[in-house]
Amino acid sequence: MQLYDMTISELSVLIKERKISAQELTRAYLQRIDEVEEQVGAFITRTDELAIQQAGEFDHNPVNKPLAGIPYGLKDNICTRGVRTTCASKMLGDFVPAYNARVAACLQDQQGILLGKLNLDEFAMGCSTETSAFKPTSNPWDLQRLAGGSSGGSAAAVAAGEVAYSLGTDTGGSIRQPAAYCGLVGLKPTYGLVSRFGAIANTSSLDQVGVITRDVWDCALVLNAIAGYDPQDGTSVKIDVPDYTADLSGDIKGLRIAYPREYFQNNTDTAIVEQVKRALHEYEQLGAIVEEVSLPYSEYALPAYYIISRAEASTNLARYDGVQFGLRDVKADNVADLYADSRAAGFGAEVKLRILLGSYVLSADYYETYYLKAMKARRLIHDDFTRVFENHDIIITPTTPTTAFQRDEFRSDLLNLYRNDILTVPVNMAGLPGMSVPCGFIDGLPAGMQLIGKPFKEKMLLNAALAFEQAHDYYKARPNLGGDR
Amino acid sequence: MALTIKKVEHLAILSRLTLTDEEKESFARQMSDILEYADKLNQLDTENIEPMVYILPALNVFREDEVIPSTPREELLANASVAEDGYFKVPKIL
Repeated sequence: MQLYDMTISELSVLIKERKISAQELTRAYLQRIDEVEEQVGAFITRTDELAIQQAGEFDHNPVNKPLAGIPYGLKDNICTRGVRTTCASKMLGDFVPAYNARVAACLQDQQGILLGKLNLDEFAMGCSTETSAFKPTSNPWDLQRLAGGSSGGSAAAVAAGEVAYSLGTDTGGSIRQPAAYCGLVGLKPTYGLVSRFGAIANTSSLDQVGVITRDVWDCALVLNAIAGYDPQDGTSVKIDVPDYTADLSGDIKGLRIAYPREYFQNNTDTAIVEQVKRALHEYEQLGAIVEEVSLPYSEYALPAYYIISRAEASTNLARYDGVQFGLRDVKADNVADLYADSRAAGFGAEVKLRILLGSYVLSADYYETYYLKAMKARRLIHDDFTRVFENHDIIITPTTPTTAFQRDEFRSDLLNLYRNDILTVPVNMAGLPGMSVPCGFIDGLPAGMQLIGKPFKEKMLLNAALAFEQAHDYYKARPNLGGDR
Repeated sequence: MALTIKKVEHLAILSRLTLTDEEKESFARQMSDILEYADKLNQLDTENIEPMVYILPALNVFREDEVIPSTPREELLANASVAEDGYFKVPKIL
Protein backbone atom coordinates (compact mmCIF):
# COMPACT_ATOMS: atom_id res chain seq x y z
CA MET A 1 0.00 0.00 0.00
CA GLN A 2 1.19 3.49 -0.85
CA LEU A 3 1.61 6.18 1.81
CA TYR A 4 -1.03 8.32 0.08
CA ASP A 5 -3.59 5.52 0.49
CA MET A 6 -3.15 5.15 4.23
CA THR A 7 -5.29 6.36 7.09
CA ILE A 8 -4.04 8.69 9.82
CA SER A 9 -3.79 5.82 12.28
CA GLU A 10 -1.69 3.75 9.86
CA LEU A 11 0.62 6.68 9.06
CA SER A 12 0.86 7.55 12.73
CA VAL A 13 2.29 4.12 13.54
CA LEU A 14 4.98 4.55 10.87
CA ILE A 15 5.89 7.97 12.30
CA LYS A 16 5.94 6.81 15.92
CA GLU A 17 8.01 3.73 15.18
CA ARG A 18 10.45 5.87 13.22
CA LYS A 19 9.90 3.81 10.08
CA ILE A 20 9.50 7.06 8.21
CA SER A 21 10.30 10.67 9.07
CA ALA A 22 7.74 13.44 8.82
CA GLN A 23 9.85 15.01 6.08
CA GLU A 24 9.83 11.79 4.05
CA LEU A 25 6.08 11.48 4.50
CA THR A 26 5.55 15.12 3.54
CA ARG A 27 7.68 14.75 0.41
CA ALA A 28 5.72 11.64 -0.56
CA TYR A 29 2.46 13.59 -0.30
CA LEU A 30 3.89 16.58 -2.18
CA GLN A 31 4.94 14.19 -4.94
CA ARG A 32 1.45 12.74 -5.02
CA ILE A 33 0.02 16.26 -5.34
CA ASP A 34 2.41 16.90 -8.25
CA GLU A 35 1.12 13.73 -9.92
CA VAL A 36 -2.63 14.19 -9.60
CA GLU A 37 -3.43 17.81 -8.83
CA GLU A 38 -3.74 18.83 -12.46
CA GLN A 39 -6.54 16.30 -12.91
CA VAL A 40 -8.28 17.00 -9.60
CA GLY A 41 -7.87 20.72 -8.90
CA ALA A 42 -8.37 20.50 -5.14
CA PHE A 43 -5.91 23.21 -4.05
CA ILE A 44 -6.13 26.98 -4.20
CA THR A 45 -2.81 27.52 -2.41
CA ARG A 46 -0.03 25.01 -1.80
CA THR A 47 2.29 25.48 1.17
CA ASP A 48 5.13 23.16 0.16
CA GLU A 49 7.97 25.09 1.78
CA LEU A 50 6.10 25.67 5.01
CA ALA A 51 5.20 21.97 5.08
CA ILE A 52 8.81 20.81 4.66
CA GLN A 53 9.84 23.26 7.36
CA GLN A 54 7.10 22.11 9.77
CA ALA A 55 8.01 18.47 9.11
CA GLY A 56 11.69 19.22 9.74
CA GLU A 57 10.86 20.87 13.06
CA PHE A 58 8.82 17.84 14.06
CA ASP A 59 11.59 15.40 13.10
CA HIS A 60 14.06 17.46 15.10
CA ASN A 61 11.86 17.68 18.16
CA PRO A 62 9.00 15.16 17.91
CA VAL A 63 5.93 15.33 20.13
CA ASN A 64 3.73 12.38 20.93
CA LYS A 65 0.35 13.58 19.66
CA PRO A 66 -2.13 11.64 17.52
CA LEU A 67 -1.93 13.94 14.50
CA ALA A 68 1.78 14.80 14.78
CA GLY A 69 3.61 14.67 11.48
CA ILE A 70 0.44 13.88 9.50
CA PRO A 71 -0.15 15.96 6.31
CA TYR A 72 -3.53 17.71 6.09
CA GLY A 73 -5.36 20.44 4.22
CA LEU A 74 -7.78 23.19 5.23
CA LYS A 75 -10.76 24.54 3.36
CA ASP A 76 -9.79 27.99 2.19
CA ASN A 77 -12.36 29.79 4.35
CA ILE A 78 -10.40 28.83 7.48
CA CYS A 79 -7.95 31.59 8.37
CA THR A 80 -4.26 30.72 8.48
CA ARG A 81 -1.76 33.20 9.82
CA GLY A 82 0.62 34.24 7.06
CA VAL A 83 -1.02 31.97 4.46
CA ARG A 84 -3.40 33.50 1.91
CA THR A 85 -7.06 32.71 2.69
CA THR A 86 -9.30 33.46 -0.29
CA CYS A 87 -12.75 31.93 0.32
CA ALA A 88 -12.42 31.12 -3.42
CA SER A 89 -13.39 34.75 -4.04
CA LYS A 90 -11.69 37.53 -5.97
CA MET A 91 -12.75 39.66 -3.00
CA LEU A 92 -10.16 37.94 -0.78
CA GLY A 93 -7.69 36.99 -3.51
CA ASP A 94 -4.82 38.73 -1.67
CA PHE A 95 -6.04 38.36 1.89
CA VAL A 96 -3.36 37.12 4.29
CA PRO A 97 -4.83 36.67 7.79
CA ALA A 98 -2.91 38.05 10.74
CA TYR A 99 -4.21 35.25 12.95
CA ASN A 100 -5.05 31.54 12.88
CA ALA A 101 -8.55 30.20 13.13
CA ARG A 102 -8.92 28.24 16.37
CA VAL A 103 -9.12 24.94 14.48
CA ALA A 104 -6.00 25.80 12.45
CA ALA A 105 -4.18 26.54 15.72
CA CYS A 106 -5.40 23.23 17.17
CA LEU A 107 -3.88 21.26 14.29
CA GLN A 108 -0.69 23.30 14.48
CA ASP A 109 -0.48 22.47 18.20
CA GLN A 110 -0.68 18.81 17.21
CA GLN A 111 2.34 19.41 14.97
CA GLY A 112 0.37 18.39 11.92
CA ILE A 113 1.78 19.29 8.51
CA LEU A 114 -0.32 21.81 6.55
CA LEU A 115 -0.01 21.11 2.81
CA GLY A 116 -2.29 23.89 1.64
CA LYS A 117 -5.65 25.54 1.30
CA LEU A 118 -8.45 23.75 -0.50
CA ASN A 119 -11.02 24.83 -3.05
CA LEU A 120 -14.65 25.62 -2.24
CA ASP A 121 -17.63 27.41 -3.66
CA GLU A 122 -17.17 31.17 -3.31
CA PHE A 123 -17.72 31.99 0.40
CA ALA A 124 -18.99 28.38 0.72
CA MET A 125 -22.11 29.33 -1.24
CA GLY A 126 -22.86 26.39 -3.48
CA CYS A 127 -22.74 22.62 -3.60
CA SER A 128 -20.37 21.88 -6.51
CA THR A 129 -17.32 24.23 -6.30
CA GLU A 130 -18.57 25.69 -9.60
CA THR A 131 -19.00 29.11 -7.96
CA SER A 132 -15.30 29.19 -7.00
CA ALA A 133 -13.61 32.20 -8.61
CA PHE A 134 -10.66 29.96 -9.44
CA LYS A 135 -11.88 26.59 -10.79
CA PRO A 136 -14.23 23.68 -10.21
CA THR A 137 -12.78 20.64 -8.40
CA SER A 138 -13.12 17.30 -10.18
CA ASN A 139 -14.28 14.12 -8.53
CA PRO A 140 -11.35 11.68 -8.21
CA TRP A 141 -13.74 8.78 -8.89
CA ASP A 142 -14.77 10.22 -12.25
CA LEU A 143 -12.92 13.30 -13.47
CA GLN A 144 -15.85 14.28 -15.71
CA ARG A 145 -17.88 14.77 -12.56
CA LEU A 146 -17.59 17.25 -9.72
CA ALA A 147 -16.36 16.66 -6.17
CA GLY A 148 -19.45 18.34 -4.75
CA GLY A 149 -19.39 21.24 -2.36
CA SER A 150 -18.97 23.53 -0.91
CA SER A 151 -16.06 21.66 0.74
CA GLY A 152 -15.27 20.02 -2.63
CA GLY A 153 -11.53 20.64 -2.47
CA SER A 154 -11.40 19.23 1.08
CA ALA A 155 -13.10 16.01 -0.04
CA ALA A 156 -11.32 15.58 -3.38
CA ALA A 157 -7.87 16.11 -1.82
CA VAL A 158 -8.47 13.30 0.70
CA ALA A 159 -9.99 10.97 -1.92
CA ALA A 160 -7.09 11.61 -4.33
CA GLY A 161 -4.47 10.94 -1.64
CA GLU A 162 -3.18 14.53 -1.71
CA VAL A 163 -3.69 14.94 2.05
CA ALA A 164 -4.40 12.39 4.78
CA TYR A 165 -7.40 14.34 6.08
CA SER A 166 -8.94 17.77 5.86
CA LEU A 167 -11.22 20.23 7.58
CA GLY A 168 -14.26 21.74 5.93
CA THR A 169 -17.28 23.78 6.94
CA ASP A 170 -20.93 22.76 6.67
CA THR A 171 -23.84 25.21 6.47
CA GLY A 172 -26.40 23.03 4.70
CA GLY A 173 -24.47 19.87 3.82
CA SER A 174 -21.13 21.24 2.64
CA ILE A 175 -19.08 18.56 4.41
CA ARG A 176 -21.44 15.59 4.18
CA GLN A 177 -22.37 15.95 0.50
CA PRO A 178 -18.82 16.11 -0.96
CA ALA A 179 -17.74 13.36 1.48
CA ALA A 180 -20.57 11.19 0.10
CA TYR A 181 -19.67 12.02 -3.52
CA CYS A 182 -16.01 11.19 -2.89
CA GLY A 183 -16.48 8.00 -0.84
CA LEU A 184 -15.28 9.44 2.48
CA VAL A 185 -16.32 9.92 6.07
CA GLY A 186 -17.56 13.46 6.72
CA LEU A 187 -18.72 14.84 10.06
CA LYS A 188 -20.58 18.06 10.79
CA PRO A 189 -20.46 18.32 14.58
CA THR A 190 -23.22 19.72 16.80
CA TYR A 191 -23.60 23.49 16.50
CA GLY A 192 -21.32 24.92 19.19
CA LEU A 193 -18.98 21.92 19.64
CA VAL A 194 -16.14 23.22 17.45
CA SER A 195 -14.93 26.81 17.56
CA ARG A 196 -15.64 28.97 14.52
CA PHE A 197 -13.17 31.67 15.51
CA GLY A 198 -11.38 32.51 12.26
CA ALA A 199 -13.73 30.48 10.07
CA ILE A 200 -15.06 33.07 7.63
CA ALA A 201 -18.80 33.45 8.19
CA ASN A 202 -21.48 32.47 5.69
CA THR A 203 -24.62 31.79 7.77
CA SER A 204 -23.74 32.21 11.42
CA SER A 205 -26.72 30.36 12.89
CA LEU A 206 -25.93 27.27 10.75
CA ASP A 207 -22.17 27.14 10.02
CA GLN A 208 -20.02 24.48 11.69
CA VAL A 209 -16.43 23.42 11.13
CA GLY A 210 -15.98 19.67 10.66
CA VAL A 211 -13.86 16.80 9.47
CA ILE A 212 -13.30 14.76 6.29
CA THR A 213 -11.33 11.51 6.62
CA ARG A 214 -10.84 8.09 5.04
CA ASP A 215 -12.36 6.14 7.92
CA VAL A 216 -14.33 6.50 11.11
CA TRP A 217 -11.43 6.10 13.52
CA ASP A 218 -9.57 8.95 11.81
CA CYS A 219 -12.69 11.08 12.11
CA ALA A 220 -12.70 10.52 15.88
CA LEU A 221 -8.98 11.35 16.08
CA VAL A 222 -9.39 14.68 14.30
CA LEU A 223 -12.53 15.57 16.23
CA ASN A 224 -10.55 15.03 19.43
CA ALA A 225 -8.09 17.67 18.26
CA ILE A 226 -10.61 20.39 17.36
CA ALA A 227 -13.62 19.97 19.68
CA GLY A 228 -14.06 22.06 22.78
CA TYR A 229 -14.91 25.41 24.28
CA ASP A 230 -13.25 28.52 22.91
CA PRO A 231 -13.72 31.84 24.70
CA GLN A 232 -13.07 33.63 21.40
CA ASP A 233 -16.24 32.16 19.85
CA GLY A 234 -19.40 33.46 21.53
CA THR A 235 -21.38 30.49 20.15
CA SER A 236 -18.96 27.93 21.52
CA VAL A 237 -20.60 25.71 24.15
CA LYS A 238 -19.01 24.91 27.51
CA ILE A 239 -19.28 21.15 27.86
CA ASP A 240 -16.98 18.35 28.85
CA VAL A 241 -15.63 16.93 25.62
CA PRO A 242 -15.08 13.17 25.77
CA ASP A 243 -12.23 11.24 24.14
CA TYR A 244 -14.04 10.27 20.94
CA THR A 245 -11.81 7.24 20.36
CA ALA A 246 -12.31 5.78 23.86
CA ASP A 247 -14.61 2.73 23.89
CA LEU A 248 -15.17 3.11 20.16
CA SER A 249 -15.98 -0.54 19.53
CA GLY A 250 -18.71 -0.77 16.93
CA ASP A 251 -20.90 -2.61 19.42
CA ILE A 252 -24.41 -1.31 18.74
CA LYS A 253 -26.59 -3.91 20.44
CA GLY A 254 -29.82 -2.27 21.53
CA LEU A 255 -29.17 0.96 19.60
CA ARG A 256 -32.51 2.47 18.58
CA ILE A 257 -32.32 3.60 14.96
CA ALA A 258 -35.05 5.62 13.27
CA TYR A 259 -35.43 6.05 9.53
CA PRO A 260 -37.75 8.87 8.47
CA ARG A 261 -39.90 7.83 5.52
CA GLU A 262 -39.80 11.32 3.96
CA TYR A 263 -36.05 10.96 3.39
CA PHE A 264 -36.50 7.81 1.36
CA GLN A 265 -38.95 9.35 -1.08
CA ASN A 266 -38.66 12.79 -2.64
CA ASN A 267 -36.32 12.66 -5.56
CA THR A 268 -33.77 10.29 -4.10
CA ASP A 269 -32.37 7.72 -6.55
CA THR A 270 -33.84 4.29 -5.96
CA ALA A 271 -30.36 2.73 -6.02
CA ILE A 272 -29.27 4.92 -3.08
CA VAL A 273 -32.50 4.22 -1.21
CA GLU A 274 -31.94 0.49 -1.68
CA GLN A 275 -28.38 0.69 -0.40
CA VAL A 276 -29.35 2.58 2.74
CA LYS A 277 -32.25 0.20 3.37
CA ARG A 278 -29.83 -2.70 3.05
CA ALA A 279 -27.60 -0.98 5.61
CA LEU A 280 -30.58 -0.63 7.96
CA HIS A 281 -31.22 -4.35 7.62
CA GLU A 282 -27.58 -5.03 8.48
CA TYR A 283 -27.85 -2.82 11.54
CA GLU A 284 -30.77 -4.94 12.64
CA GLN A 285 -28.69 -8.07 12.26
CA LEU A 286 -25.99 -6.44 14.37
CA GLY A 287 -28.48 -6.03 17.19
CA ALA A 288 -29.97 -2.58 16.60
CA ILE A 289 -33.68 -1.85 16.80
CA VAL A 290 -34.75 -0.21 13.54
CA GLU A 291 -38.04 1.63 13.17
CA GLU A 292 -39.67 3.80 10.56
CA VAL A 293 -40.64 7.30 11.74
CA SER A 294 -41.95 10.49 10.19
CA LEU A 295 -40.35 13.95 10.07
CA PRO A 296 -43.19 15.76 8.31
CA TYR A 297 -41.71 19.25 8.58
CA SER A 298 -38.39 18.38 6.97
CA GLU A 299 -39.77 19.18 3.52
CA TYR A 300 -39.99 22.81 4.64
CA ALA A 301 -36.34 22.91 5.62
CA LEU A 302 -35.09 23.80 2.15
CA PRO A 303 -37.37 26.79 1.50
CA ALA A 304 -36.77 28.02 5.05
CA TYR A 305 -33.04 27.59 4.50
CA TYR A 306 -33.16 29.73 1.35
CA ILE A 307 -34.54 32.58 3.41
CA ILE A 308 -32.47 32.25 6.58
CA SER A 309 -29.12 31.57 4.88
CA ARG A 310 -29.51 34.46 2.41
CA ALA A 311 -30.59 36.84 5.16
CA GLU A 312 -27.61 36.01 7.34
CA ALA A 313 -25.17 35.94 4.41
CA SER A 314 -26.21 39.40 3.25
CA THR A 315 -25.50 40.66 6.76
CA ASN A 316 -22.21 38.81 7.16
CA LEU A 317 -20.90 39.96 3.80
CA ALA A 318 -21.64 43.61 4.52
CA ARG A 319 -18.13 43.78 5.98
CA TYR A 320 -16.53 43.52 2.53
CA ASP A 321 -16.42 47.17 1.58
CA GLY A 322 -12.93 47.48 0.15
CA VAL A 323 -11.56 49.46 3.10
CA GLN A 324 -9.96 47.30 5.79
CA PHE A 325 -9.23 44.21 3.68
CA GLY A 326 -10.33 42.68 0.45
CA LEU A 327 -10.50 43.92 -3.10
CA ARG A 328 -10.87 47.67 -3.55
CA ASP A 329 -11.93 49.62 -6.57
CA VAL A 330 -9.34 52.38 -6.41
CA LYS A 331 -11.03 54.54 -9.03
CA ALA A 332 -13.99 55.43 -6.80
CA ASP A 333 -13.89 59.05 -5.61
CA ASN A 334 -16.68 58.80 -3.05
CA VAL A 335 -17.45 56.26 -0.35
CA ALA A 336 -20.76 54.99 -1.78
CA ASP A 337 -19.10 54.14 -5.10
CA LEU A 338 -16.09 52.68 -3.29
CA TYR A 339 -18.37 50.20 -1.52
CA ALA A 340 -20.66 49.37 -4.43
CA ASP A 341 -17.94 49.11 -7.08
CA SER A 342 -15.53 47.13 -4.90
CA ARG A 343 -18.29 44.66 -4.07
CA ALA A 344 -19.35 44.43 -7.70
CA ALA A 345 -15.78 43.63 -8.75
CA GLY A 346 -15.02 41.26 -5.86
CA PHE A 347 -18.12 39.03 -5.66
CA GLY A 348 -19.28 36.42 -8.16
CA ALA A 349 -22.85 35.94 -9.40
CA GLU A 350 -24.07 33.44 -6.79
CA VAL A 351 -22.80 35.60 -3.93
CA LYS A 352 -24.45 38.71 -5.36
CA LEU A 353 -27.70 36.82 -5.83
CA ARG A 354 -27.66 35.69 -2.21
CA ILE A 355 -26.88 39.18 -0.90
CA LEU A 356 -29.75 40.70 -2.91
CA LEU A 357 -32.17 38.01 -1.81
CA GLY A 358 -31.05 38.47 1.80
CA SER A 359 -31.64 42.21 1.58
CA TYR A 360 -35.09 41.49 0.16
CA VAL A 361 -36.27 39.10 2.87
CA LEU A 362 -34.93 41.37 5.61
CA SER A 363 -36.51 44.54 4.21
CA ALA A 364 -39.36 46.03 6.23
CA ASP A 365 -42.05 45.02 3.73
CA TYR A 366 -41.10 41.36 3.53
CA TYR A 367 -39.55 40.59 6.91
CA GLU A 368 -42.69 38.97 8.29
CA THR A 369 -43.71 37.21 5.09
CA TYR A 370 -40.36 35.53 4.59
CA TYR A 371 -37.79 35.85 7.36
CA LEU A 372 -40.08 35.56 10.37
CA LYS A 373 -42.03 32.78 8.64
CA ALA A 374 -38.80 30.87 7.96
CA MET A 375 -37.70 31.16 11.59
CA LYS A 376 -41.05 29.76 12.70
CA ALA A 377 -40.68 26.89 10.24
CA ARG A 378 -37.25 26.29 11.70
CA ARG A 379 -38.81 25.77 15.12
CA LEU A 380 -41.17 23.15 13.68
CA ILE A 381 -38.31 21.35 11.91
CA HIS A 382 -36.24 21.37 15.10
CA ASP A 383 -39.09 20.11 17.29
CA ASP A 384 -39.75 17.31 14.80
CA PHE A 385 -36.27 15.91 15.46
CA THR A 386 -36.62 16.38 19.23
CA ARG A 387 -39.80 14.30 19.15
CA VAL A 388 -38.15 11.44 17.24
CA PHE A 389 -35.16 11.49 19.58
CA GLU A 390 -37.43 10.90 22.58
CA ASN A 391 -37.63 7.24 21.54
CA HIS A 392 -34.60 6.78 19.30
CA ASP A 393 -30.83 7.21 19.54
CA ILE A 394 -29.89 8.01 15.96
CA ILE A 395 -31.59 8.70 12.64
CA ILE A 396 -30.35 7.22 9.36
CA THR A 397 -31.06 8.60 5.86
CA PRO A 398 -29.29 8.77 2.51
CA THR A 399 -26.82 11.72 2.46
CA THR A 400 -27.67 12.92 -1.05
CA PRO A 401 -30.48 12.31 -3.55
CA THR A 402 -27.97 11.35 -6.28
CA THR A 403 -24.33 10.41 -6.75
CA ALA A 404 -21.81 13.00 -8.04
CA PHE A 405 -23.07 15.13 -10.94
CA GLN A 406 -21.36 16.63 -13.96
CA ARG A 407 -20.19 20.12 -14.74
CA ASP A 408 -22.92 22.48 -15.87
CA GLU A 409 -25.53 19.78 -15.29
CA PHE A 410 -27.70 22.36 -13.52
CA ARG A 411 -26.57 25.47 -15.35
CA SER A 412 -30.06 26.55 -16.31
CA ASP A 413 -31.77 25.10 -13.28
CA LEU A 414 -30.63 26.71 -10.05
CA LEU A 415 -33.48 25.28 -7.97
CA ASN A 416 -32.63 21.73 -8.96
CA LEU A 417 -28.99 22.37 -8.10
CA TYR A 418 -30.02 23.63 -4.67
CA ARG A 419 -32.10 20.45 -4.16
CA ASN A 420 -28.86 18.55 -3.65
CA ASP A 421 -29.00 19.78 -0.07
CA ILE A 422 -32.50 18.52 0.61
CA LEU A 423 -31.46 15.66 2.91
CA THR A 424 -28.70 17.50 4.76
CA VAL A 425 -30.15 20.99 5.35
CA PRO A 426 -32.68 19.93 8.04
CA VAL A 427 -29.77 18.77 10.24
CA ASN A 428 -28.19 22.24 10.20
CA MET A 429 -31.57 23.86 10.85
CA ALA A 430 -31.86 21.73 13.99
CA GLY A 431 -28.20 22.24 15.00
CA LEU A 432 -27.63 18.48 15.25
CA PRO A 433 -24.51 16.43 14.51
CA GLY A 434 -24.62 14.75 11.10
CA MET A 435 -22.21 12.33 9.51
CA SER A 436 -21.86 10.75 6.09
CA VAL A 437 -20.25 7.33 5.69
CA PRO A 438 -19.63 5.41 2.46
CA CYS A 439 -22.36 2.83 1.93
CA GLY A 440 -21.45 1.39 -1.47
CA PHE A 441 -21.01 2.22 -5.14
CA ILE A 442 -23.52 2.91 -7.89
CA ASP A 443 -22.14 2.65 -11.42
CA GLY A 444 -18.65 3.15 -10.01
CA LEU A 445 -19.57 6.23 -8.02
CA PRO A 446 -19.60 6.34 -4.20
CA ALA A 447 -22.88 6.75 -2.30
CA GLY A 448 -23.21 8.03 1.24
CA MET A 449 -25.40 7.21 4.21
CA GLN A 450 -26.23 9.97 6.70
CA LEU A 451 -26.28 9.37 10.46
CA ILE A 452 -27.93 12.08 12.55
CA GLY A 453 -27.54 12.26 16.32
CA LYS A 454 -28.76 14.07 19.40
CA PRO A 455 -26.89 17.26 20.32
CA PHE A 456 -23.31 16.50 21.43
CA LYS A 457 -23.75 12.75 20.95
CA GLU A 458 -21.05 12.52 18.28
CA LYS A 459 -19.63 9.48 20.02
CA MET A 460 -22.81 7.53 19.43
CA LEU A 461 -22.70 8.47 15.75
CA LEU A 462 -19.07 7.44 15.42
CA ASN A 463 -19.77 4.11 17.08
CA ALA A 464 -22.73 3.38 14.81
CA ALA A 465 -20.69 4.41 11.77
CA LEU A 466 -17.85 2.14 12.88
CA ALA A 467 -20.22 -0.81 13.22
CA PHE A 468 -21.20 -0.45 9.56
CA GLU A 469 -17.65 0.21 8.41
CA GLN A 470 -16.36 -2.95 10.12
CA ALA A 471 -18.88 -5.01 8.18
CA HIS A 472 -17.71 -3.67 4.80
CA ASP A 473 -14.64 -2.58 2.94
CA TYR A 474 -16.05 0.40 1.05
CA TYR A 475 -13.73 2.65 3.02
CA LYS A 476 -10.71 0.76 1.68
CA ALA A 477 -11.54 1.54 -1.95
CA ARG A 478 -9.45 4.26 -3.63
CA PRO A 479 -10.04 5.96 -6.97
CA ASN A 480 -7.60 5.13 -9.75
CA LEU A 481 -5.73 8.28 -10.73
CA GLY A 482 -2.60 6.52 -11.88
CA GLY A 483 0.48 6.02 -9.75
CA ASP A 484 1.61 2.84 -8.05
CA ARG A 485 -0.80 0.75 -6.04
CA MET B 1 -44.56 36.88 -7.76
CA ALA B 2 -42.15 38.25 -10.37
CA LEU B 3 -39.63 40.78 -9.16
CA THR B 4 -39.28 43.93 -11.25
CA ILE B 5 -35.98 45.33 -12.47
CA LYS B 6 -36.80 48.44 -10.46
CA LYS B 7 -37.07 46.37 -7.29
CA VAL B 8 -33.71 44.73 -8.00
CA GLU B 9 -32.16 48.17 -8.51
CA HIS B 10 -33.49 49.25 -5.13
CA LEU B 11 -32.11 46.11 -3.47
CA ALA B 12 -28.75 46.76 -5.15
CA ILE B 13 -28.63 50.17 -3.49
CA LEU B 14 -29.50 48.65 -0.10
CA SER B 15 -26.86 45.97 -0.70
CA ARG B 16 -24.18 48.40 -1.93
CA LEU B 17 -23.73 46.53 -5.19
CA THR B 18 -23.24 48.02 -8.63
CA LEU B 19 -25.06 45.76 -11.12
CA THR B 20 -24.90 45.52 -14.90
CA ASP B 21 -28.13 45.44 -16.92
CA GLU B 22 -27.66 41.75 -17.64
CA GLU B 23 -27.17 41.04 -13.96
CA LYS B 24 -30.34 42.93 -13.08
CA GLU B 25 -32.33 40.82 -15.50
CA SER B 26 -30.92 37.46 -14.50
CA PHE B 27 -31.11 38.23 -10.76
CA ALA B 28 -34.74 39.37 -11.11
CA ARG B 29 -35.58 36.07 -12.78
CA GLN B 30 -33.61 33.88 -10.35
CA MET B 31 -34.91 35.68 -7.27
CA SER B 32 -38.47 35.31 -8.50
CA ASP B 33 -37.98 31.57 -8.95
CA ILE B 34 -36.50 31.15 -5.48
CA LEU B 35 -39.17 33.26 -3.78
CA GLU B 36 -41.87 31.33 -5.58
CA TYR B 37 -40.40 28.11 -4.20
CA ALA B 38 -40.11 29.69 -0.74
CA ASP B 39 -43.85 30.43 -0.86
CA LYS B 40 -44.24 26.75 0.03
CA LEU B 41 -43.78 27.94 3.61
CA ASN B 42 -47.23 29.51 3.41
CA GLN B 43 -48.68 26.00 3.59
CA LEU B 44 -47.55 25.94 7.22
CA ASP B 45 -49.79 27.12 10.01
CA THR B 46 -47.35 29.02 12.21
CA GLU B 47 -49.96 30.96 14.17
CA ASN B 48 -48.68 30.21 17.68
CA ILE B 49 -45.13 29.19 16.84
CA GLU B 50 -42.26 31.02 18.48
CA PRO B 51 -39.64 31.90 15.83
CA MET B 52 -36.34 30.06 16.31
CA VAL B 53 -33.76 32.79 15.95
CA TYR B 54 -31.04 30.65 17.34
CA ILE B 55 -30.46 27.03 18.17
CA LEU B 56 -28.75 27.61 21.51
CA PRO B 57 -30.27 29.43 24.46
CA ALA B 58 -29.70 33.12 23.75
CA LEU B 59 -27.42 34.19 26.56
CA ASN B 60 -25.05 37.07 26.79
CA VAL B 61 -21.46 35.95 26.85
CA PHE B 62 -19.28 37.90 29.23
CA ARG B 63 -15.61 37.82 30.04
CA GLU B 64 -13.36 39.58 32.51
CA ASP B 65 -12.26 43.01 31.33
CA GLU B 66 -8.58 42.20 31.17
CA VAL B 67 -5.96 43.72 28.95
CA ILE B 68 -4.56 41.14 26.55
CA PRO B 69 -2.25 41.61 23.56
CA SER B 70 -4.02 42.47 20.32
CA THR B 71 -2.92 41.89 16.74
CA PRO B 72 -0.22 44.39 15.73
CA ARG B 73 -1.62 47.36 13.80
CA GLU B 74 0.87 47.00 10.93
CA GLU B 75 -0.19 43.41 10.30
CA LEU B 76 -3.84 44.34 10.07
CA LEU B 77 -3.17 47.41 7.91
CA ALA B 78 -1.16 45.23 5.56
CA ASN B 79 -4.41 43.78 4.18
CA ALA B 80 -5.83 47.20 3.26
CA SER B 81 -5.42 48.31 -0.35
CA VAL B 82 -4.86 51.87 0.76
CA ALA B 83 -3.48 52.83 4.17
CA GLU B 84 -1.58 55.88 5.32
CA ASP B 85 0.17 56.90 8.56
CA GLY B 86 -1.27 53.92 10.43
CA TYR B 87 -4.85 54.49 9.26
CA PHE B 88 -7.20 53.00 6.69
CA LYS B 89 -7.76 55.55 3.95
CA VAL B 90 -11.11 56.27 2.28
CA PRO B 91 -12.26 58.97 -0.16
CA LYS B 92 -13.27 62.28 1.37
CA ILE B 93 -16.62 61.96 3.16
CA LEU B 94 -17.44 65.51 4.25
